[in-house]
Amino acid sequence: MEKKYWKSPEQLINKAEQPYDEQIIPEGKNLLDLIDEEIAQKPTSRRNFLKFFGFSFATAAIASSCENPVKKAIPYLNKPEDVTPGMASHYASTYFDGTEYNSILVKVRDGRPIKIEGNTLSGVTRGGTTARVQAAVLSLYDGSGRLQNPMKKGEEITWNALDTEVMASLKEISAAGGTTVLLSSSIISPSSRNLIEEFKTAFPGVKHVVYDPVSASGILQANRDCYGQAVIPDYLFDKAGVIVSFGADFLGTWLSPAEYTARYVQTRSLTNGEKQLSYHVQFETGMTITGSKADKRIPVKPSEEASLVLGLYSALMKKSGLTGPGGGTENEIIQALADKLLANKGKSLVVSGNNSIGIQVIVNAINNLLESNGNTIDFSRPLLTQQGIDSEMEELVAQMNAGTVSGLMLWNVNPAYDYHNPAAFVSGLKKTKLSLSFSPVINETIEHVGYVAPANHFLESWDDAEPKKGVYSLAQPAIRPIYNTRQPQDSLLKWMGKEGDYYTYLKNFWLTNFCGNAESVWKTTLQAGVFEKETTAVAVSMNETAISNAVASLPSGKTGTEIETLVYQSIAMGNGIHTNNPWLMELPDPVSKVCWDNFASISPETAATLDVEAGSVLSVNNIELPVFIQPGQAANTISVALGYGHKNFGKVAEGVGKNVFPLTVFENGTRSLANLSVIVEKTDGSYQLASTQMHSSMEGRPIVRETVLGSYLESPDSGNELHAEFEKKHVTLYKETEFKGHHWAMAIDLNRCIGCSACVVACQAENNTPVVGREEVMKSRSMHWIRIDRYYAGDEKNPEVVFQPLMCQHCDNAPCENVCPVSATNHSSEGLNQMSYNRCIGTKYCINNCPYKVRRFNWFRYATNDKFDYNMNSDLGRMVLNPDVTVRERGVVEKCSFCIQRIQEKKLLAKTENRPLGDGEIIPACGQACPAQAIVFGDLNDPQSKVSKLFEDPRNYHLLEELHTLPSVGYLTLVRNREENQA
Amino acid sequence: MYKTEVRGPLILGDKNYRQISDDVIAPINNPIPGWWKFSFFVALMMSLFGIMALYQTVAVGLGTWGVNNSVGWGWEIINFVWWIGIGHAGTAFSIFLLILRQKWRTSINRAAEAMTVVAVACAAIFPAIHMGRVWLAFFIFPYPNTRGPLWVNFNSPLFWDFIAISAYLLISASFWYFGMVPDFATIRDKATSKVKKAVYGFFAFGWTGSSREWLRYEALSYVLGGIAAVLVVSVHSIVSTDFAVSVIPGWHTTVFPPYFVVGAIFSGFAMVMTLMIIIRKMYKFQEYVTDSHLQAIAKILIFISLIMGTAYATEIFIAWYSGSQYEMFTFFKNRITGDYSFQFWAMVVCNAFIPQLFWFKKVRQNLTMAFIISIFINIGMWYERFNILITSLSKDYLPSSWTTYTPTWVEIGIYVGTLGFFTVGVLLFFKYIPMIAISEVKSVLKVTTLNPNDKKHTSHE
Repeated sequence: MEKKYWKSPEQLINKAEQPYDEQIIPEGKNLLDLIDEEIAQKPTSRRNFLKFFGFSFATAAIASSCENPVKKAIPYLNKPEDVTPGMASHYASTYFDGTEYNSILVKVRDGRPIKIEGNTLSGVTRGGTTARVQAAVLSLYDGSGRLQNPMKKGEEITWNALDTEVMASLKEISAAGGTTVLLSSSIISPSSRNLIEEFKTAFPGVKHVVYDPVSASGILQANRDCYGQAVIPDYLFDKAGVIVSFGADFLGTWLSPAEYTARYVQTRSLTNGEKQLSYHVQFETGMTITGSKADKRIPVKPSEEASLVLGLYSALMKKSGLTGPGGGTENEIIQALADKLLANKGKSLVVSGNNSIGIQVIVNAINNLLESNGNTIDFSRPLLTQQGIDSEMEELVAQMNAGTVSGLMLWNVNPAYDYHNPAAFVSGLKKTKLSLSFSPVINETIEHVGYVAPANHFLESWDDAEPKKGVYSLAQPAIRPIYNTRQPQDSLLKWMGKEGDYYTYLKNFWLTNFCGNAESVWKTTLQAGVFEKETTAVAVSMNETAISNAVASLPSGKTGTEIETLVYQSIAMGNGIHTNNPWLMELPDPVSKVCWDNFASISPETAATLDVEAGSVLSVNNIELPVFIQPGQAANTISVALGYGHKNFGKVAEGVGKNVFPLTVFENGTRSLANLSVIVEKTDGSYQLASTQMHSSMEGRPIVRETVLGSYLESPDSGNELHAEFEKKHVTLYKETEFKGHHWAMAIDLNRCIGCSACVVACQAENNTPVVGREEVMKSRSMHWIRIDRYYAGDEKNPEVVFQPLMCQHCDNAPCENVCPVSATNHSSEGLNQMSYNRCIGTKYCINNCPYKVRRFNWFRYATNDKFDYNMNSDLGRMVLNPDVTVRERGVVEKCSFCIQRIQEKKLLAKTENRPLGDGEIIPACGQACPAQAIVFGDLNDPQSKVSKLFEDPRNYHLLEELHTLPSVGYLTLVRNREENQA
Repeated sequence: MYKTEVRGPLILGDKNYRQISDDVIAPINNPIPGWWKFSFFVALMMSLFGIMALYQTVAVGLGTWGVNNSVGWGWEIINFVWWIGIGHAGTAFSIFLLILRQKWRTSINRAAEAMTVVAVACAAIFPAIHMGRVWLAFFIFPYPNTRGPLWVNFNSPLFWDFIAISAYLLISASFWYFGMVPDFATIRDKATSKVKKAVYGFFAFGWTGSSREWLRYEALSYVLGGIAAVLVVSVHSIVSTDFAVSVIPGWHTTVFPPYFVVGAIFSGFAMVMTLMIIIRKMYKFQEYVTDSHLQAIAKILIFISLIMGTAYATEIFIAWYSGSQYEMFTFFKNRITGDYSFQFWAMVVCNAFIPQLFWFKKVRQNLTMAFIISIFINIGMWYERFNILITSLSKDYLPSSWTTYTPTWVEIGIYVGTLGFFTVGVLLFFKYIPMIAISEVKSVLKVTTLNPNDKKHTSHE
């Protein structure tokens, strides 16, 4: 028994003791309320008066001088095993937005997902990402777009109420023998597919229809016709010596861009002693990054494609001594291409982005003839990310309007926005008894549905995926749901009356199907994020009648000069589900360099014909679009990006651009992105587009150095002769700086860089760079630390395009450092050009004196400023900020730091583990995001490092090296596979 | 030696010492004229507009200006260099003409120096306000501190600039002020009101006019003059290093220091001419600031204009001769032709051609013409700075970051504001300070006839 001490007699006898709890501030009240109450209760005495006067004076002084205190800062009593404050954890997960798949790692810092990285364990995306994947983390914190509660006819209700009503409705419809349609985008989750099957059994009459706004219906149906399998085969770009693409932007947006990029650049690399490059020919209407990388790019009208494909097929048949259907375009290009393809039989790949079944059948026939199947096309691992068959959606809308559909459940689809005839869909929707959307965000469709059962963001959800047959990956939540949301699978389970949540269902499904009931296998798979099953080769045989049917069905090539439109998925916006993401909104299109708008892209000669100029406004089928003059656009065509023009989609997307989904047409069983009969009129309006690059010519300066394969093989420094010349001229009066420890440097392979801009968004996410809005971009005040410079060369009708990623060059003789009056920018002992924001007074002299113009000034306070109402203006949006990087104040200069926080982190790690830092251990955000691995970072003081070797490569040069700035960034010349340099 | 019989008297109208004192002090004692009040009001309004623009800049940010991530400096630096240039005249005038024993300077140097002080004060606003964080402007002082200690970057031209301008402002103001001490004493002695006596007496430092005081006064003048002579050359040379030290095409030139100094003297002299014509007209000082004074300034302007023309030609030649494609582009594609060719040709015409009209005696003698030409020179000099800054920055090395620059109302407002401050300063000078250095003018007076009414000289000599 311990001794009892007492402080008052009352306490000793346990009498009138104030319970301790009463003395502390009751929950839900703050100190001021208590004082108010006390004042109200007690008569005012002089003592009281002075007490409260003094207190209020002191609080006023404190309140006016201090930030509000953090209200809930509770230290861990028992620290969770995997959470160390200040240390980031990475969780393997999966990104799938309905069209694009990516295996990812989610970086979670103090409970908040702050960055998405590629998962290098994935055999599909191999650690690469795209801009859309990189930006997805921000959509988690989208306060203006995300739905926060379940709703019934626009009014908030509780989940219980919603469940009861929906279950009753579903039962009623099933009992009455009615049809309920689950309309979803492609679902690649095996467990969800299983769950949907169970749901169908639980509620007879439920049908599942897949609707992809930009579908691969043509490929699926063509393969069904040719090979009896409605699949998208695996395209092995890495195995191809000759690549011919008819309008497929496979590096940018087509099917699985991160994967195709990784494969494609393997055939474009020259850094490991390779002696050859693939030969890439691109037929396309608008300018894409894929076309920009091509060795030969031919601008064609959408209507010419059928004839070109057929012409190529005929030429190949003829040259192979076979009798083909004949017909199609016959010209030198096609003949030469046919020769090249035949010479590379088994090593060539022809793809088409066209959604016409006929064209895809002919493409199949070509590939079959060229023995691509089994070599560059693999049917054993078909891609499952696009499953929608367009005609099914047509049928559904017809049925809805006929009144034969009683219930409609929408899962990750927004047809009121992206269907080609939204009015028909909406009128059909109104005829259903039960209409429900699982949409996680507000969109055009939810205002027409009865119930909204908002889904979680994918970073809050459990999921799995099978992007390719036999390739699986898992998604795990990285944060608890921020809002009162529930993932659709949980809803389905609930409505079926099943016990347990989706996590249990998923885990059981995996344990049974993939893990052999071994918990350890489940755990390792969850940790790795990916899981692959062996597959056996699948041989396919061509159904010849499909070809003759297709040839007969092909439209005869129009030869008129009528204007045709082609809508496309842009790098930033995709099909429009990311439009409310400010990072993507401000991401300049790699080729046009325009952000914050979509536009009618027309060729210079078409502009002359239509009598318009940049800034005019064209009316295309009554959609008013600003004109952008795009060299290289096919004559008499207009390309417009999809994904803009949302109404009611959150405040970033509001009023930006025009929706051009109504320009798509449903013809010959599929939905075509091209529209061959549009009414184009010039209007009186004018509109200025925001662009991050005003000038497109290199003016003959040796900025991007280029050569052709032949010359490169003759002398590897071809096109880069200036480098050796300038190296000789580096003389200085001063002692050259020595870097004793590390000397950080970066090499960028211009042959690998495809301009996809994933690095730009990755850098923005990593380094907390603000979004500044359209107006500021127009004033040349974009804040990106890395930008992709794009230059045109050669012919105006069909220019060559080159990309050059540009960030701070970390010059060892930096012009910016010399001129700062307060030494706010200085050189580190490891060769980094550093910015100390605290010291910067903002004279901007460094900005002027930087020959690369990579320095960025904080013209305004971009964080917590209502004028810049993007992610940094709300508590929720700011949760994405990287705590390792300062948010810069107004008036200071900032720029690329080579991700110094990552350098420090890895250096510390190596130090604590008492080992030397390995090469490639430090990867800056840009390099990590790059699907093409074009950016290599490392230590020049280590002669074995990758970057040292690349700096020794005869292709290496430094930008503006004649200025003796001694940059730490090297570029490797661009080598194209063609006869001679056009430029 | 100045020979009156050859070159005519420096002061007309057979003045005696007393008349000089009376004439010069008259504006101080007379009631304020209407045009002064009107101009003062307008200048005050302009200043208020400027203050509003300054407030906007500090409160909202430099984003309210038209500058961007390629063109980091705009109107603020153009105007800074322009004002510094104008601020060159006074001291240059006094010092160089003093060294060259040009006695005719005596009736002009006071106004010129006043102008210098006001113009340099106006100029000093810009380097401060163009900082992103003007509240931390003190970082530029090399003060001992506990952060390391952390010193300023002594390599930076901006730091040199700061030192040069502060030194110049300090020396110019002292030189001007000490020159006024005997005149303040004159006013004090002549003043009738007690307040005036007290105020001017305070500023006169108890000057009695004793020989010892004159001796020390002369000595001080020479010491300050000696320092100022160096500063006149150094201040604008150093301002020019803001550009010459950089790597930017069109800036990276060794001709900049002399070119800037001459340009500054050019605009300064033009501004002196403008001001003297106004003073002469408004205060009827024709007998002190005679036609021959103005003609002398005009002749200097012709000479400097030729130097300017040569400098422009040299720059263009060197750009071509260097063989650097970046330099070539800046000069031939972005100055002589291109988006900013108007500004380039405005500069050439205003600075190199228009002043050549002064070769004609008729033009020199026509004050209206002289006034207009002097204004043109100042416009031309403004365009020169525009030309240097904007054409070089808007299109430098990488075409990807080429852009254009247009000022906003805030930048224009600050400029208008400084014009207002300048006018306010000059008007106050007109009213409260003797516009002509009484004591110095008296020293060049040749008394030819004695006024019978004025046998005793009461004024100081």
